[in-house]
Order: sequence, then C-alpha cells, then structure tokens
Amino acid sequence: MEINERLIEQIVTEVLRAMGEPAAVPPAPATAPATAEVELVLKEKGPAAQGPADEVVIGVGPAFGTRLRKTIVDIPHAVVLRELMAGIEEEGLKPRVVRVRHTSDLGFIGHTAARLSGSGIAVGIQSRGTTLIHQRDLQPLNNLELFPQSPVLDPETYRAIGRNAARYAKGQVPEPVPVRIDQMARPKYQAKAAILHLKETELVQPGAPPVELEVSFKPLN
Amino acid sequence: MKRSKRFEVLAARPVNQDGFVVEWPEVGLIAMNSPNDPKPGIRIEQGRVVELDGKRREDFDMIEQFIADYAIDLEVAPRVMAMDSVTLAKMLVDVNVPREEIVALTRGMTPAKIVEVVGHLNVVEMMMALQKMRARKTPSNQCHVTNLRDNPVLLAADAAEAAVRGFDEQETTVGVVRYAPFNALALLVGSQTGRGGVLTQCALEEATELLLGMRGLTSYAETISVYGTEQVFVDGDDTPWSKAFLASAYASRGLKMRFTSGTGSEVQMGYAEGKSMLYLETRCVMITKGAGVQGLQNGSISCIGIPGAVPSGIRAVLAENLVTTMLDLEVASGNDQTFSHSDIRRTARMLMQMLPGTDFIFSGFSAVPNYDNMFAGSNFDAEDFDDYLILQRDLMVDGGLRPVREEEILAVRRRAAQALQAVFRELGLPPIEDEEVEAATYAHGSKDMPPRKVAEDLQAAQEMLRRGVTGLDVVRALAKHGYQDIAERVLNMLKQRVSGDYLQTSAIITADFRVLSAVNDPNDYRGPNTGYRLSGARWEEIKNIPQAIRPEDFDV
Repeated sequence: MEINERLIEQIVTEVLRAMGEPAAVPPAPATAPATAEVELVLKEKGPAAQGPADEVVIGVGPAFGTRLRKTIVDIPHAVVLRELMAGIEEEGLKPRVVRVRHTSDLGFIGHTAARLSGSGIAVGIQSRGTTLIHQRDLQPLNNLELFPQSPVLDPETYRAIGRNAARYAKGQVPEPVPVRIDQMARPKYQAKAAILHLKETELVQPGAPPVELEVSFKPLN
Repeated sequence: MKRSKRFEVLAARPVNQDGFVVEWPEVGLIAMNSPNDPKPGIRIEQGRVVELDGKRREDFDMIEQFIADYAIDLEVAPRVMAMDSVTLAKMLVDVNVPREEIVALTRGMTPAKIVEVVGHLNVVEMMMALQKMRARKTPSNQCHVTNLRDNPVLLAADAAEAAVRGFDEQETTVGVVRYAPFNALALLVGSQTGRGGVLTQCALEEATELLLGMRGLTSYAETISVYGTEQVFVDGDDTPWSKAFLASAYASRGLKMRFTSGTGSEVQMGYAEGKSMLYLETRCVMITKGAGVQGLQNGSISCIGIPGAVPSGIRAVLAENLVTTMLDLEVASGNDQTFSHSDIRRTARMLMQMLPGTDFIFSGFSAVPNYDNMFAGSNFDAEDFDDYLILQRDLMVDGGLRPVREEEILAVRRRAAQALQAVFRELGLPPIEDEEVEAATYAHGSKDMPPRKVAEDLQAAQEMLRRGVTGLDVVRALAKHGYQDIAERVLNMLKQRVSGDYLQTSAIITADFRVLSAVNDPNDYRGPNTGYRLSGARWEEIKNIPQAIRPEDFDV
C-alpha cells in the first residue's frame, strides 16, 4: 500500500485527536504507523455479552487474525481492524470486537454481532475481507450495506464502513459508502477466495458461542 | 532467469489474468468425477426408496430424503437404473429418440446415475442433446438492467432499450437494498415502454422480493437459491422444504418463478463434502424438480470463477444446463457473470448455450456496460451487442436479439424516462428533472447521469412500500398522464397473474400478450429439418444489420 497524502492527514488528525481526548480507545490505532508495520494481537476474553448503546460491534470470522492474517489482496488484518475501529471512533462511538465461531457465513457473522451490539448495529467481516453492516432487527441474510467484493476493499473503504456503521448506530441515515465493483475480480480471484473460505470454514465450531476479543496493535520493529 | 520475449508476451495476454487452480478433490474443488462421488444405485421397498446411491435411508441427509421422496419416479427407476449408462448417453445424442422418451427415463434416475450418463458426453454431444432437450421450441434471452447508483431514470431508459433489442426477461438488483422499490418500478415502466409482455424481476433478499412481486411491481423471480449439501442450506437458514414453501407462495399469487443453483457454490461456501461440482449441482436440479418448480437458473452463475478455474469445468457447466432440461425444467442457462479476461474464452464459453439454444441463453446478458452491472458484471455486456448480433448472422443462429436503429432507441429511451417522470410525480416521489430525462436518453451508463439526492430517494422508496403502492397505482398514474398504451401493457402484466398461463414451463409473453411456453410451443427437435428453424421474418431481421453495405448505397 502506498502512503498517500490522505493517509498522512488521517494519521495526523488521529494523533491530534488522541492527544486532545486521552480517553479515546484504544490509543494504538491513532499512534500506529501507516501501513503493515503493526501486529494485530487478539486476546480471547470469554463469552461475548450484550454491550452499551454507544457501541458498534465488529464481528470477525473464525480465522481472522489467527490462521489467516491478511485479506485476499494482502491487506493485513491489523490494518483492516484498525481502520474499522478508527471509523467508528471518528463518529464518537466505541468499537467492540467479537469473534463469531459457529459460522463462516458473512450474513450470520454480521447478524450475530448485531444482536450483541448495544446499538443493534454491527460490522461483519470474513478473513478474506468481505464485509457488511448489519442491524439486529433485520433478517440474517439482509443487511444495511454489503461490500461483497473483497478484492476492491481498501483501507479507506474500511474506515468509511466503520464511520457509516457508527452513523446508523446514532440513528442517522448516512449516504451509503459508494459501492465499488470490479467486474473482473471474479475470474481473477474467485478460486482464491474459495480456498481462503475453505480454510476459514475448517475452523468453524458448530454451536460455539461468540467470544469477546481484546484488540491491541503492537508496533513491529 | 532471463525471460523469453515470447513468454513475456504470453504472460501479458488477458487469459493469464484469469485464476486457475489444480483440482483439490478432498474439499470438492473438482468439476466432475470426484473420487468421493457415490456410485449409482437404488433400492425400493414397499413403494419407498430405502437406499439411494449407496446410502441407506437412515443415513440420508435432508437433501437425499427430499430427492428420494419427491424427485424420483419409482415406477421408472428400476428399469432405467438397470440400463447401461453409455446406452442412455447415446440415446441423448440420437436424433431418432424423442425428447419425451428421455424425459420419462430421466425421471427414474438417481443423482449419481444422471451424472454418470452425462459424463459419457463430450461438449459437442452435450450441445446436440441440449438442442433436443430444452423445453420451449423457441430460444430466448434474458438481460440484466442495473446501474452503480441505482439511478431509476437510467434504469427505465435501459429497460426500454433492452426490450426493443429483444430480451424477453429482464432482471435488476440493487447497490443499496433500500432502493429496491424504485428499481422494480423503473424496470416495470421502462420494459413495458419498450415492448409489452416483457417479464421483469428484482433480485433481492427473498421476503422483499416476494413482497414486490405481490404488489405487482415485478412479474417473476429467479433468485431462490438451492444448494447441493445440507450445511450450505443451513448456512442460508433454509431447507428444501422451506424453498418449496416459498415457491408455492409465488405460485399462489400467480407469479412465475424458478430456482437458482450452480456448480461451485458448495465448494465456494466451504461445504462440498469432497463431492464433484456436477454431482452436487445435479442434486440441486433434482430438489427443484421435487419442489414442483417449473424451472431453474444454472450454469454456475455467480460461482463461475470456480468451475472456470479447474479442468473440464466449462464442460461441467454445460452438463448442468443439460441435466436441467432432461428433468423437463426450464433452463436459464447462465453466461451472466464475468467469466474471463479473454474475449476468446468468454465467447467459447457462451457458444455452448447459444449454438444449441436454451430457454434463456443468458440469465442474463448485461444490457448496460459492465461497470454498471450490479451482479458484478456479466459474460457479455452492452458493449458486446454488435458482436453478438453478428454472431447470430454469421452462424444463422437465433440468440434472441435483434438489430436496432439509433433513432429508434433514442426515442424509446426518452419516452421511458418521461413515463417514469410522470409516475414519480403522480406517486409523490422525489421529482425527476427534465435534465435527467435528457441525460438518460443519450447515456451509455451512470457516469453520464447527473446525481440524484440518494438519501431522499431512499426515504421515499421505503415510504412507497409503507404506503402499499401497487402495480395498479402505476397503471393509474400512467393513464392519467397520457401514457395510455404503457398503462394498458402494465395492466396486462397484472392480468397474467390472474390467468396464470405464464406459470407453465418456460413461459415468455409475446408483444401481443400471448404466452409462449413448453405447453403450446414444445420443442419437437428430431434432427435436420425439425425443431426450431430460423426462417422468414425473423431471419430477415437478423440478416439486416444496419452496418452491412448495400449495393444501392453506391448509387448517386
């Protein structure tokens, strides 16, 4: 990934914000360097519970950040999660991350997370990067916004997804994140996507409840 | 290594942008003949299947139970299961064996038997068989009409153009789910402006899709997905019974519907149980048959990148279309997703269905540029219209499209946009400006359109659902604003669900609102000089592409 002006601007904004609001959680995303030079550390904290109304839950798939550590286009899961969380924080809400273990299906990952979310809004994400925004009251296979093509999702889009999820949680009606499609992603990536999904699905534990994850970003030196 | 200049040239060719993988049979990443595919067999006791393809009833998963109980003709089964599969394969290709005989025999076959029979055919033989086995004599075509911004004005104009170009069915879907009522409305008004009788659908989450159909804003549905393994069904929160129930919900409202399935979906979802893609797809075709549904969309569909990546995968895709017709179902035969970077490869893949002809060769052909295709792109798009028309003419094959003139298209696009403008005004929806009508008339895609106030549209679209706006309100609005002919066509579409004739297998509706189906237009192919033959006015139409030079052009 290239470091562009926008990214630098984002980092500066975040650092300034973090300095102004010492309570902002977690500090790591704000101070972390731009790209892959952070390591994602996920610590399981037991069964995930219902949270407060000012949160957006991020539900990740069974292999996220463990067996698989980057998306189909090699964006590190650390970057993906950091951007999603930063987007939610930008809107003044709190991100909370849970691992869904009983399914690798995106709709159900997102819906499971939405049912845990105090605001009823969640972001669901598979290890290959496919993402959606879900709401508690919707059918599992429905959604608020769906980003079905993992190869076109970049860090900026993940941040925008986090931001929009937070806006729904605040009861707003945001303009949807522009849906990008690359009509040639299928012939190029579908077989690879299948292999990644097969690997994620091998980790599915039928009946296992979602677990709370403590997220930290360790700088790589 | 110093690179060969030739290898560098080859590496840069579009085909090498495609993804290819080796077979991985343990997880089902194999097109046909997985070592884990069951061997054909059936045991019937007291009118009940007690063993199917080597598995005893007590070990059946829900799919096997459904197939054993509803999809196999137990009268025929013992006889056909005892027949040699090569003999059956030869009968499929033999022009002297009529379609009805194959249909009757296939009813008694188990999934493994069907797979074994078609496994003996090469692609030319499969095409021979498909030409004979498709249900409706007249081949047809379906298109996608979508755009990146869900712009309703552009949708109406594109739907009108697609109707004039010859598509008998049109499918839309959304970028943003909440836009769905507008998309359905725009497609309805646009398609009927182009020609009366075009069937339209809006592919959505199932409950909303059914609701729009019940409101008369769409006239058929096809994205009711079935899968070949139990786990994938469960992940979709479904069973064969729940799908059959949904199918009957459509039928009870007089709405045409078909199921959707396709090779590769189970392995893509991670639960193929090591079975070949064609074996699992054959189970899907049989679920469809067992549910009493008239037809199926298959040909891998959205998973085409998976069979496309493995050996013999495109042959398996043709085979699944063939199996569908053998079970006497309508087939909407795929070709509806980007398949390859290579023009050679995507054309070769398409010819498998275009040459023999199917009920819908594409399901569908993108009637908009692929950048606007919200099914993530089709195998052919609006920029391929002329190539396709010339293939029809070169080969004297009816692919369902007709050559058009630019002035005719501009006129119908404008009228569709204006008609939708009137309907929006009458229904109190956010206004469509004259500037938008003008842009939609001349547009190639959504990049040529002025932006709309999306948040306002979305709220109005939801409000439209809450108010319970139906097809009849659309008829009223059109009639009130002077679009009497379009109003009558929309009304005629609503009448179809009362008569129900278009619920018959492979139904399409002609411009004079006559239903053409496997009942009144059955495929009677029996070799040369039988079946569907391109002739008369239709051949004249295909011949007369505007770009062909005429001798009189040189007269002064």
